[in-house]
Parts: sequence; C-alpha cells; structure tokens
Amino acid sequence: MIVRPIAKYLVILWFCCSVAHAEVSVTIGYLEQVEVQPPVLSNLDPVPENEGLSGAELGLKDNATTGRFLKQFYSLETRIVDVGGDFEAAARELLALTPFVVVKAPKNKLLMLADLPEAGTAILLNAGAPDTDLRNESCRANLLHTLPSRAMLTDALAQFAVRKKWTDWVMLSGPNPKDEAFADSIAGSARKFGIRMLESKVWDVDADMRRNAFQELPLLTQDFPEHDLLIVADETDDFSRYVPFNTWEPRPVAGTEGLVPAAWDRTVEQWGAAQLQKRFVKGAERPMRPVDYAAWAAVRAIGEAVTRTNQAEPSAIRAYILSDDFELAGFKGRPQTFRTWNGQMRQPIPVTHGRAVVAQAPFEGFLHQRTELDTLGIDEAETACTAFRE
Amino acid sequence: MRILLPAVSLALGLGLSTAAADEIWVSNEKDDTISVIDIDTLEVVRTIDVGERPRGITFAIDHSVLYLCASDSDTVQVIDPETGKILHELPSGEDPEQFVLHPDNRHLYIANEDDAITTVVDTETRKVIAQIDVGIEPEGMAVSPDGDIAITTSETTNMAHWIDTKTQELFANTIVDQRPRHAEFTHDGSELWVSSEIGGTITVFDRESQTEKAKINFEIQGIHPDRVQPVGFEMTKDGKHVFVALGPSNHVAVVDPETYEVTDYLLVGRRVWHMAFNGDESLLFTTNGVSGDVTVIDVAELAPIKTIKVGRFPWGAAYRPTN
Repeated sequence: MIVRPIAKYLVILWFCCSVAHAEVSVTIGYLEQVEVQPPVLSNLDPVPENEGLSGAELGLKDNATTGRFLKQFYSLETRIVDVGGDFEAAARELLALTPFVVVKAPKNKLLMLADLPEAGTAILLNAGAPDTDLRNESCRANLLHTLPSRAMLTDALAQFAVRKKWTDWVMLSGPNPKDEAFADSIAGSARKFGIRMLESKVWDVDADMRRNAFQELPLLTQDFPEHDLLIVADETDDFSRYVPFNTWEPRPVAGTEGLVPAAWDRTVEQWGAAQLQKRFVKGAERPMRPVDYAAWAAVRAIGEAVTRTNQAEPSAIRAYILSDDFELAGFKGRPQTFRTWNGQMRQPIPVTHGRAVVAQAPFEGFLHQRTELDTLGIDEAETACTAFRE
Repeated sequence: MRILLPAVSLALGLGLSTAAADEIWVSNEKDDTISVIDIDTLEVVRTIDVGERPRGITFAIDHSVLYLCASDSDTVQVIDPETGKILHELPSGEDPEQFVLHPDNRHLYIANEDDAITTVVDTETRKVIAQIDVGIEPEGMAVSPDGDIAITTSETTNMAHWIDTKTQELFANTIVDQRPRHAEFTHDGSELWVSSEIGGTITVFDRESQTEKAKINFEIQGIHPDRVQPVGFEMTKDGKHVFVALGPSNHVAVVDPETYEVTDYLLVGRRVWHMAFNGDESLLFTTNGVSGDVTVIDVAELAPIKTIKVGRFPWGAAYRPTN
C-alpha cells in the first residue's frame, strides 16, 4: 500500500527535475478540509466557500505572469475534502502529483498530513491553522506557516495596547476550543508585554437559550473591575459583534471584535496593497481575508523560490526559502522571510477596526536584536520546536 | 523703485507668464492637485486642480505642456503650464501610474499598474499605438537617451522589461530584487539603474548585455534595514552624484556613480518618494509623502536647506524653466 505511492512520487520528482535546466514546470497543490461551522447568533458574515482557494489562485496567476518571462510554468491542483470525506486519500493523491502543497485544514489533519510517509520531502504550507503549538512543540520540519500564529496576532494587539497605555484588561471569551485557544494566547501576550489581566469570564451560551446579547452584556460586564480595554475571544464569530456599545462601562473592545489583529484585512491599502486588493476582488468578487492572504503568500513563496533558483526540486526550494536570500514583498511594507527555527513566515500584523487600519505591528520601541518582526510570536530563544535543527 | 512697480504689477496682472522664477511642479496624490513652487522664493505660488490621484508628472521636452498621470481617472492629462488649464486628455490604459517621454518628444510610454501592460501613446494623434504585456504592477519607466530602449519595471514580478522602441516588443527580461520602483539610464546611456523598494537595493545593468554589473546596498545607522527602501532617484549630468530617495527611512542617499559607493545620507521629510533638480542642478527637490512637504537640498553643499509644505501625499516632481 505504501510502496506504490512512493514509487509514483519518485517518478514525478525525477521528471520534474530532469527538465529543470531548460524549462521549469511547477505544480502547486491546494488541499482543504471543509469544517463544520458551529451555529452563530447572526449569519451576516458567512465564511465564503472559496476562502483560501481564491488566494491560492491569485498567487498562481502572479507566479505565472513572472514565469512567462522565464520559461517557468505553474499549475494548481486542488483537492477539497467535504465534511466526513477522506482527507488522507486526497492528501496522498496530491502528494503523488506535487511536493508543494498549500493546506487549509485543522491542526489534527495537518499533522496527519505532515506525518504521511509520502510527505517526507514535501513542502507543506499551512494557510489555515493559527494554532501556536504547530509552530512550537508540535512543529514538523516539512510544515511551513504563512498564516500568522495566534501568538503573533495577540502579541500585535498587546504591543498596541502598551503603546496606548491601555494596560488593564478584562476578557470575555466564548466556550469553543478555538475561543479558548485565543483567550489563552491573549493571556500569554499580556504576560509577555506586562499587561494586567484583571478578570476573565466565559460567555456561556448553554445556560439559558432565551438570553440575548443585547440584554445580557451590560449585566455580564457590570462587575468587571476598572479596565482600559475589554478583550473578546470569540473566533467562532458568535456573540462578539454584540459586545461593542453594549458594555456597562464605555470602554473600547478588541480581540476578535472591534480592534482586530489579523494577517490581512480589506482596509490594508498602503505599500501597494491597494493593487493586491483590486486584483483579488477582480477574481473572487469579495474582499481578501487573512486565509486568502496566507494562501496567496504560500503560493508566491514557492514561486519566488523557483524564480530565483530556476529549479523545482523540493530540497533546493526548502533550502532557499529558509535562507537569508529569500524574501517576499507581501504588501505590508517589509520583506517577509521565514523563521528558521519553526518555519513561520515573519510578517507585520495590521490592527484594524473594519473601516480602517488603526496601526501596524511591530510598533516602534519594541526592539529585537535580529528584526523587530521577531517581537511577534515565538522567538528563537523560547522555541520548543526541534524539528528544524539540522 | 517707482519705475519698477508698474512693471511688477503688470507682470502679476498677466498671471505668471512673465515671472522670472523657474518652477518645480509637484503632484499631490491624495489631494488631486499640483503645487507649483517658485524656485527663487521657495514658496508655493500656485495650486492647480487636476484629475484623481495624480502621480507621474513630466514636461514636454520644450516645456510647452505638462503630462500628468491621473491614475484613478484612468487618463493622462495634458496641461497648459501657463494657465494651469487641462487642454485635453490622452488615452492611457487603466490606472496609469508612471510614464516616460521618448526623446522624440512625441511618444509616451505609460505603466498601467492594474493591467500588467505598458501603453505607448502618440501625443500628437492622441492614439494608442501599442500595448505591451509586462509583469504585474508595472511602475518604473525609463528610456535610453538615444531612444532605442524603453524600460518598464514590474513590482510584483520583480523584473525590468526591456522594450525595443522600433518594434514595441520585449527583447529581454531581467530579474531584480523585491518590488522595483524606479528605473533610469545613465546620461551616457551605458547603464540602467533599477531601485528595489523592499529588496533595499539598486541594481545596475550593463545596457549592451543586459547583465547585472553592480548592486548598491544602503545602510543607515540606527534605522532597521527593512525601513531603508530605495524608491525614486536622479543622476546629475556631470556624473558626480546619484541621489536616491529611501522612503520611510526619511533619508536621501548620495551615491558615487563611478564606484557605486554611498558617500552620504541626508535627512529629509517623511517617506521620501521622488525628486527633481532645478535647471543648473544646484538644488534638488524631494517629495515627502507622509509629511506632505518638499525638502530642498543644496547640491553643492549636500545639505537640506528648506522644507516647503505642499498638498497631501506629494508623489512626483518636475522642473519647469520659465525663461
């Protein structure tokens, strides 16, 4: 069972590299596991079906335009696995076609994919899972991340708060595992940047189904101690939209609502970003979201490495991507590179309020001996990831 | 004095047609205006309403008209510099950002940022004579002094595209560092220089072979390399200096074009973008996007001497002699 796919893979590999001298043809895979969306209070903003894929498609177009001038050819192979579908089979299928796979899947599926024997020498690019431990104790040498970790996002928010001197926080978090993970990350960033987390409460949707946010929130926030900022941890996008202006005290709201740190937002327009936004909207007919951006960046990272090395052999591409020579112009004003200790793409994090970018992390004053970008997320000195050590 | 006065008022009465001072014209990207700076007094003497999001700005070789990329109006406007009136518009393709006028004083090569196209327009017949497919987000435009080669650089494709102006076809594509922004041939035409904003470099190409000849890096003490982002640059005709705008580092670098070494860094306004010399190249005017002003640099002293407030997000600058 296992032998056959490997043999097939080797043949493809041999084929791809034998033509590398004259022309280079690169297939990039896009693999997605569709997830069940939990019910939410409002359906105003459903997650678009093509989230992620649209970003990968734009990245491929960008690669192809460059490739045209260099006799490098790109194609995209897509496998989208429905809820309950066979993710593993789709993964094996894709890995038989290409060693470069952009993935939008939850953590357990990602790890299963990374640990497949066929994925041994592959380059998997995580564009959908923000779990910080995937960049830390659960890291894999064949798994790179273009989506920022939760730690990067919450660190960005913490830096902003420190700059504003809004250093007394309280938090309202949802009951889902994703919400808890965001809340944990917030607590970690608060510790890292010397912010006081005075009290945390869980928004309990099960307690009374007749409750509604409008009535409940003033009561729920009434006994919070005096604070500067109310953090909402609701990645599920369930109740958080009802929090601003419903609080007992007039305090700004941040986290997954109000002031939001994200890899990307439709309000990012500096540094040529307006052009990327326009190109994206033209194809997808909707604004670009963080997962779209991460998928775009993943496809572009492969393209950039192929352009500069003029080859498509995965070990050469991986070496180049993790080297000092690699950089991606990601429309956020700074060259974006990969952290060599855990495969995370360094990137600025815009902090936005839906109508405009408020600021962009890293902020002035947060210094780092290597690059200020490394003040966001897990730094080399604290990493628990050993898979990248040679 | 008494005799002079009527002459002065007469001059004022006629507008500025007989004013002696030369001018620097600055396009203000987020104000939809041009600020006209009087080079003698170093003050803004006129503000002209133009199309939406004005960026690329250049005069005809005889300075009879001004060409302006009104990017969001999707047109190139032709403006009478005496009156500031828009005479007519040229078809430019979508979202023209930057352009260059061929030495024949007739053909404009225009970068269409949203369409990955370079458009060639005949300014006399006002017709598009060619559209050339280039990389994504074309921006930097240059033409060799003899007019044989036009260059488009593309920001996301990270290339300089070499166009044969006789056939209007590409004959070479050369890779540069991340996000190329501006291109210029040296005055003798032997080299092409291309700045890369995110890469933080200038690549110098040999024109004959289209191969890389040198790479210039910039380093300013106390400023992180990521913020040192070369954008616009200008070369003096005497071949002594190249001035390079370094974007959000708020500095202009002075480069020796013989040795390719950086000899000095001059502090200017915030997010310095493009620049223009006056007629004898004794003064250099830099547009500072974020601070919304223009820094005047004394070229002999290599020192900034004045800051002039202009409109919001000044982008390009062009020199206009009035005598």
